[in-house]
Parts: sequence; structure tokens; C-alpha cells
Amino acid sequence: MRIFRAIFAHTSGRIGGTIVLLYLFIAALGALGLTPHDPLMQYRVDRLMAPNATYWMGTDLFGRDLASRLMTGIGQSFTVAFFSVAVATLAGTALGLTAAWFGRLWDGAVMRSMDVLLAFPAILLAMLIVAVFGAGTWNSIAAIGIVYTPIFTRVVRGPALSLKTREFVDAARTFGSSGRYILTRHLLLNLVAPLTVQVTLALAWALLTEAGLSFLGLGTQPPAPSLGLMLSDSRNLMETAPWLMIFPGLTIMASILGFNLLGDALRDILDPKTRRSRA
Amino acid sequence: MNPLLSVSGLRVGFGRNPEANEVVRGVSFDLAAGETLAIVGESGSGKSVTALSINRLVDFGGGRILGGSIKLRRAEDSVLDLTTATERQLTRIRGAEIGMIFQEPMTSLNPVLTIGTQIEESFRLHRGLTGRRATAAARDALERVRIPDAARRLNYYPNQLSGGMLQRVMIATALACSPRLLIADEPTTALDVTVQAQIMALLAELKQETGMSMIFITHDIGLVAGIADKVVVMQNGQAVEQGELSQILDHPQHPYTQHLLHAVPHFASGRSTRSDGPRGNMEPAAAALKVQDLMVRFPVTGGFFGRATGAVHAVEGVDFDLMPGETLAIVGESGSGKSTTARAILGLVRSRGSFTIGVRQADAGQSARPVQMVFQNPYSSLNPRLTVESLLAEPVIATGGRVNAQTRAKMVALLDRVSLPENSLERYPHEFSGGQRQRLCIARALMLNPSVVVLDEAVSALDVSVQAKVLELLVDLQRDYGLAYLFISHDMAVVERIAHRIAVIYAGQIVEIGDAKSVLSAPQHPYTKRLIAAVPSIDRRHEHYELDTRQVPSLVRPLGFEPGRAEWTQFGPDHRARAET
Repeated sequence: MRIFRAIFAHTSGRIGGTIVLLYLFIAALGALGLTPHDPLMQYRVDRLMAPNATYWMGTDLFGRDLASRLMTGIGQSFTVAFFSVAVATLAGTALGLTAAWFGRLWDGAVMRSMDVLLAFPAILLAMLIVAVFGAGTWNSIAAIGIVYTPIFTRVVRGPALSLKTREFVDAARTFGSSGRYILTRHLLLNLVAPLTVQVTLALAWALLTEAGLSFLGLGTQPPAPSLGLMLSDSRNLMETAPWLMIFPGLTIMASILGFNLLGDALRDILDPKTRRSRA
Repeated sequence: MNPLLSVSGLRVGFGRNPEANEVVRGVSFDLAAGETLAIVGESGSGKSVTALSINRLVDFGGGRILGGSIKLRRAEDSVLDLTTATERQLTRIRGAEIGMIFQEPMTSLNPVLTIGTQIEESFRLHRGLTGRRATAAARDALERVRIPDAARRLNYYPNQLSGGMLQRVMIATALACSPRLLIADEPTTALDVTVQAQIMALLAELKQETGMSMIFITHDIGLVAGIADKVVVMQNGQAVEQGELSQILDHPQHPYTQHLLHAVPHFASGRSTRSDGPRGNMEPAAAALKVQDLMVRFPVTGGFFGRATGAVHAVEGVDFDLMPGETLAIVGESGSGKSTTARAILGLVRSRGSFTIGVRQADAGQSARPVQMVFQNPYSSLNPRLTVESLLAEPVIATGGRVNAQTRAKMVALLDRVSLPENSLERYPHEFSGGQRQRLCIARALMLNPSVVVLDEAVSALDVSVQAKVLELLVDLQRDYGLAYLFISHDMAVVERIAHRIAVIYAGQIVEIGDAKSVLSAPQHPYTKRLIAAVPSIDRRHEHYELDTRQVPSLVRPLGFEPGRAEWTQFGPDHRARAET
């Protein structure tokens, strides 16, 4: 609750927090089926209608209500983005920290395998993983998680290497502190700032990668909606029905803005240097 | 006579609201041609900002000149106010008329260009020299700053030269266009004492040769004694006192100047050493720490498979013992192995040899870690993300203890003992000043009831007045708890205040060891003599220091190299020096 209050006391945290809460609320409504229309129902007569009183954001090629599809799509996209970034953050941080700490062979092995992963374009690698394990929400979460792990590994390893040589780590060794204590208290705690920045960026990328996977038929399976899928479906109708592109596009943009602002706020709040001066 | 530079009512502010963040608040001084002005003050006094305003480099650091004037008399005898000069005029003045050298020679040079290229650049820009003529000019410049073998060194990269050599290169670059004014911003602070003495001697000689004026910025009032004609003492952005050198040093008027002169460690050649050492006045007690034949070697690897081709003999056969309640100072220059010795004793580097750690009789077996360390940099030895409470709790947790009411009471008592406010426990390190942080580090080291505390340059990063207070605290704590200190330092004047015994270390080996008074007043080993002669001192300001360009020998030895046994000569009951072969 304290962190909640701190976020809303922070200027950009207030905006970011509101946006993210709003999205969560809409996603919840979508998940409970509280949408204006059935997101999958095809109103054949009302195909490609511009936004109006009945269909607030218009309808698509099959006569489905765009607003209802967006509401359910947000839930789907956020699930994929959140969980895949969580996988990438956990795996990447663990690998990066241990690589920096143990060095030598382990460092070499970890970093070279990350280089191999990085050598493939993100979407190609994700496709490969999904092709092997099959399509579906959880498999695309795993795939996107694995694709973004190397970035987190690198983001963590660099600063961890330099933190490792700082005098407070030497001091900890002279008391006989355990490796686990040093890793969590002295290294991880000081990595919060770069990690928050990376997480907010990765959330945005994950949304787009999910869109790419869905577009290729490997992510969210039609007719279920996802933000990325809706955006890529709208491509051919850009001129005749621009609302099909504008609304999902705005939704993605606003969510990324929300994540970024929230990330900025978290970084400030978690840093003791900026915490006091704002309070 | 018209002054070369006339600064009046200078005010400089920083940030978005410079009026509210004034760093320099109305400084005025005149500088005649050929004179040296020293600006002395502690960190944050505005001394550097004043100097940087003169060549307007302060603009690039986010500073704004709010008022006053800086009038420079130019070569053709016109007067230019630098506060209103355009950037184009300034570019022509910087380097050509006002040269500057900075504190860190290592970072002031571009690491991917040879030093020759970097000196030539100055000639190319300001004198229009190119090709062979520029090279010749660069070689002459290096010779002028007494760099031996100048022609060959032009092709060296900065990493191939020592700090002292690099500072000479910086001076050569600054002097390339014979500026009429040289600004030196703490040019020797990052250097060893003997190197510092050489640079100071060089600057004095060059000033004689060229007749240029100089502004010398320093925190060390002892250092200006040998070089300055006039002194400005700054505090909180204001010049609290200014005048002729002898007047400031011998008859200081302002309390701050008096305080500064008092606080600066005075080196008195062993006359003011401590006499409360535990040796001699009772029967020999068990040593708190006994180090025998300590050796640290770092392998040097080469070739594709990283085979060991030799070793750096960083510490070689060091032995000493340390009594409870005694301070042994280990003095030496950077790279001499003094810090490595400390780290080896703490187990932070792998070493050979043995050390026996005695346990205090009073609380035998109480401390799980009887040797603790306080590090040099108070800003990096405390994790910025932890509260003071967590920081002090760490040693307790590390040794398997619990944080309970008793531990907390101990924290409060220790904080009180090192004179930190009561409410410190919930605060974070950045809320404390450098001196307070060092007190925190001391408190943290005492959490485990150590019998030996290793102080690795523990007061070197602090301002002089803070330094004096921390030293006092250390002496008090030593008396109260019977602590043995291993005090590692390069600063002879500080060592004189705190040490009972001194070990001089050179190239990884102890060359002289003995009671502080004998070592400082009657040094026997040539290196100790050189070290002591180099200490800047107000009392000895008229003595001349010989230029000496010798470098520390390389410590890289081939595989299987074993040094010969040391021959020692005894000079007193507790004073011996290594015999040089």
C-alpha cells in the first residue's frame, strides 16, 4: 500500500498508474464478458461500419464489434506481454548475475549462448520455438520470454561486473557475508534502476512481437482477438476503414506510454536518493 | 602597473536558477604578469569554479556568470572582459593565452591517440604548424618538461606512461603556445608525494624560464608555500582572506585561514609523533597481529592458451608484528604493494606466508572476525541502497548473528561514539557528508569487536579539517577499545600524527621499519629519505627539491624467480633498514 501511495504522489507515476489501472479494469470487464457486444459475433449486415452509437469504434470486415474485441484483446495481449517479460526478467537476471559473479567458464558459457540467441532475429527465433512446441498462448509466452532473455542478461551482467569490484562488496567480504547475501543485497538492489527501464521497454516489444507471431498464425489463434492481431488484420483496409487501425494502434501506444511513465516513477521511488527529495 | 588579469566582484551560479545556487559570491583579485596566485580552499569552496570562469570553461559545466568582470590584458595590450567575450574570441584565447592543466592526468588525455599527436594538435590549432615542424615542436615541448628520451616518447600512448609523466605531458600541451597565464587545478592531487614534488619543482622552473603568470588551485595550503606569491583563501564562495604569501602564512587574520593552517597536517620531521605506544613500558604482550613472510604474486599470462609467463611480485616477504593498542603505519607510493598487503591480511587476495592473529585476553573468542577494514573511498564503500541500520547489521548477519534489541542498542551506542546523530539508523548513506560516511564505516568495522582495524587510506579522501577530526576519533577509539591499527597511507604528515611505528614499503618490500620518531627524524634507507624530502611543508618552503626522473622498477619477474634474502641493518632499539646491495 505504501508503494501505491508513493506512485500516486509522483507526477508521472500518477499518469502512468492511472493508465495501467484503467487497462487492467477494461481487461477485467472483457474477461468477465461485460462487453457491449459479443466480441466473436459476426453482425454480417453491419460490416465495416464507421464508429457510431451502436458500435462505438465501428465494426470489422466480418461485422464484429471493434470496441468489444479491443476489450478482450487487451486482456489477451497483456497476459502474453506480462508473463513473457516476467520470464525474460527472471531468467535474464539470474543468468546475468551468476555470470558476472562466478566468471570464468560459467560466464563464457552463458554469454556465448546468449550471443547465439541474439544472432537470430527476434521474430524468427520465436517462430522456431513455437513451431517446435506448437502454437498457443502459453507457448508464445515461453517463446517471447526466451527471445528477450539475452537482453536482460546483458543489461544485468555489465553493471553487476562493475558493482562486484566496488568497495562495499569488498567490505562485505571482510565481514564474511555469504555469496547469496552479496548477490541480493549489494548487486541486485543496485540493479533496480536499469532493470525497471528495461522492463518497461520490453513490455512494449513483447506486445509487438506477440502481434507478429499472431500475424503469422503462431500466436493468438483467430477468431480470438489480440491487440497485435487486430492491428495487423487492419493493414489491408487502411484506406477504407482507418478506424480498424487507429483504435488498436492508439490502445497499444497509450499502454506503452503508461508502462514507461510507471517505470520512471518506480525507478525514482526505489532510489533512496530521489525518494526523500520528492516526499 | 596594469595587472595581467583583474577579477572583480565575480559571481557564478549553477543550475536552472543560478541566482539561488550561487557558488562563487563576489570574488576579486588582481594578478600581475609573472606572478603566481594560489587559490586555497576545501571542497565546495568555489575555488575551481572561480578558475574555470576565467577561461569560461564553466559554461560547459552548466554554470552561469551572474556578475562582475574578468579583465584580461591581451598580448597587443588591449583589455578584454572575458565575462562578455564571444565564444569565437574565447576559442582563440583558450590554449593560446590561457593554458590549463587538470587534476587527473590519466583522464585528461585521449587514450587512443599518441601523446605526440595530442601535443601537435595544440601547435596545429594555434600556430598553424604542420607535419615535421609540428613534430619537432612537440619534441621540444616534451624536452622542456624534462621528459627523458622525448623523441621516442612521442609515439607512446597515454597508458604507457606513469601519472607523473602524463602530468608533464599535460603541462607540455598547456605550455605549447606559450600562454601568458597558466591555470593549474589541483595538478598534483592525484599523484604520489615524490612525483608531486617533482611536478612542483618543474612548474617553478618553467615559470622562471617563461615568465608566465600562474593560478594554482589547491586544497593543501602547505603545497602553495613553495610556489605562490599571493594567496586567496576561499570559503563558501567568498574570498575570506587574500594577500602576500608570507603575510598569509605567518600572520593569518581571518579565523578560517588560521583554522586551515592549523588543520593542515604539519610535517615536523618526527617531532610531533605519538608517545603513548604500548611497546617498552611493560612486559611484551602477545601481538594482536603477526605477519610473517607475506607474499602476493599475480600471474602474468601470455600466448593464445594463457600460459603463465611470469608473475608480478606485488608483495614480497613482508613481516611485521602489531601490538594491541598500537598503530603501525605502512607508507609507500602507489603501486608499492601497501594496499595489497592489507587486502592479503583480510583475505581479499590470495597470498602465501602466515599471519597469526592474537586474541585479546579480555574478551577471548568473542569476535568471529578479529580483523576489520575501513576503505579509502567513503562514497563507494557503503551500498547506497541500504539504510544505515541494514549496513550496520550486515557484519552481524554475516557472522551468523541475529539482529535483536541488543544489536540495535549496540548500533546506537557506536553511532553515538563516532558522533553521528541518533536518527541516523533510518537514513541512507547519501544523506551524510564524506567525513560522516567515514565515521559510519568505522562504526561498521567496530560492530564485530575486532582487535585489529586496517585503515586503507581511510582519511585521504577527506578535507583537511574533517581529516583532523576523524584522526582524533581514531585515537580516542584506540585508547577506549585497545585497538591495533594498521594504518596505510601515502601522506607522511598524517602518518606522523597517528603512528607509533612506521614501515616504509617500496616495490613490494619493507625497506625500513621502526618507531615513528626514529624513522621520521633519522631516515636511513635512501628511499625513505627521498620520501621525506618530498613532503611539502610550510616550515621548509625555502628548501629546493631536486628534480629526479627515476621510476619505480617493474615488479614483473620471470617464472621461478626467487628474490634473495634481505640484509637488515639495525639503527636503534626499534629501527632497522634494509641494506641496499
